[in-house]
Amino acid sequence: MWHDAVLVAGKDLRIEARSRVGLWQVVPFALLVLVLLAFAIGPDQAALRHAAPGIFWVALLFSTVLAIQRSVAVESGEGTRDGLRLSGIDPAGIFLGKAAAVGLQLLALELVLWAGVTFLFDVQVHVVWLAVTACVLATIGLACAGVLYGALSAGLRVRDTLLPLLVLPVLAPVLLAGSKAWEAALNGSTSSGTQWLKILVPFAVIYLVVGIVLYGPLQEAA
Amino acid sequence: MAPVVQFRAAVALAGRFPALAGVDLCLEQGEVVVVVGANGAGKTSLLRACAGLLPVTSGEATVLGVDLTTDHTSVRRYVGLLGHAAPLYDELSAAENVRFAVRALGLPVQTAEEALERLGLTGRLRTTPAGRLSAGQRRRVALAALLARRPALWLLDEPHAGLDAPSRSLLGHLIGDAVSDGATVLLSSHEPQLSVPLADRVVSMGGGRVTGEEPGGRRVTLTSVPTAEPDASAGGVGATNVA
Repeated sequence: MWHDAVLVAGKDLRIEARSRVGLWQVVPFALLVLVLLAFAIGPDQAALRHAAPGIFWVALLFSTVLAIQRSVAVESGEGTRDGLRLSGIDPAGIFLGKAAAVGLQLLALELVLWAGVTFLFDVQVHVVWLAVTACVLATIGLACAGVLYGALSAGLRVRDTLLPLLVLPVLAPVLLAGSKAWEAALNGSTSSGTQWLKILVPFAVIYLVVGIVLYGPLQEAA
Repeated sequence: MAPVVQFRAAVALAGRFPALAGVDLCLEQGEVVVVVGANGAGKTSLLRACAGLLPVTSGEATVLGVDLTTDHTSVRRYVGLLGHAAPLYDELSAAENVRFAVRALGLPVQTAEEALERLGLTGRLRTTPAGRLSAGQRRRVALAALLARRPALWLLDEPHAGLDAPSRSLLGHLIGDAVSDGATVLLSSHEPQLSVPLADRVVSMGGGRVTGEEPGGRRVTLTSVPTAEPDASAGGVGATNVA
């Protein structure tokens, strides 16, 4: 399973590196969301600082949908979906590999967004380990849930429009917990921040386990 | 020895439509069988059912000793399917696509290199992204991936489509060599002049059923195929990947 996961993750990351969709579409989209939400809030610096954690996580969530759609699209080419099913790769390995590839892209995107909110909203993270832990845990959850729901919508003609409807409500707990953990990290309030990590941990674990178990049947049904 | 493919009254549904409506078919090891029939006769569905991609819902269906009615997925790693569309990632080169197929089965990467050479995918062709290749070149890359996987059962859906004359001739040699190595070949075709000479038997399909059978002309054709194409005599793909 781990060999398969490394193989699939390597393949997906190589494809992303060649296509540059992440670099030229997902990253600019995420930064655009930051800027647009900043416009919507207005020039009040205090309000922007207060909203910065939420804006960071909304931008990340929307960008996650794009990354997931891209991950699904890679296997939706003529013949590639059947090719992957015939490849002999363990479906759990496919799930882990695709989630790892999406997760690594999201981590890179989070670095860009972190720099973006720091620059645009003039905020400073006081408890760095808390913000980093929230990002890592949330990324695992986002990637696993996203790839799982991506598999669910993979065989449908309307998958591009259906996926956000399916996945955004599911990811709402990550938005809430991530925002609150980041708010605590910005305010230097470690104890309240760690409470929100307790939501991100089970979310990541549940979707990791459910994905390993269900990805195969979903792949067959799609 | 048990047949490689044994279908008895096999039914497979595509949605609610019976793509296979009671197929009876038996393939022994080392046979080359051509399936002919009009569009919608069930040729592609038969190949997909043999590959474990289309579940058989009733009747008997055994491929390489695996009962497809109870487990249609575990046979997949032992078969090679060349479908209408080449299963290639456009951003990856020909070599990367074939290496991915080989690594997925845990086979040595050397088998990928040998298959690429055998199909004449050398030099610039080897490193060109699959998305920039012509339809015929993509077909050759898909064939290289199939060859490198060393399947015990080759399932070829219109394998001559999109190939130029030398590649079609090479395909005849590949099939001959695969059979020599112990593989079995089931191929569908709309071009009987190309496929029937390769076959031990020709099976006719219509309405999702086998409607007739006649002998093919495999030995005659294999001795008359020209041998001038690149690397046609280069072996090295070795034994087949069997269940």
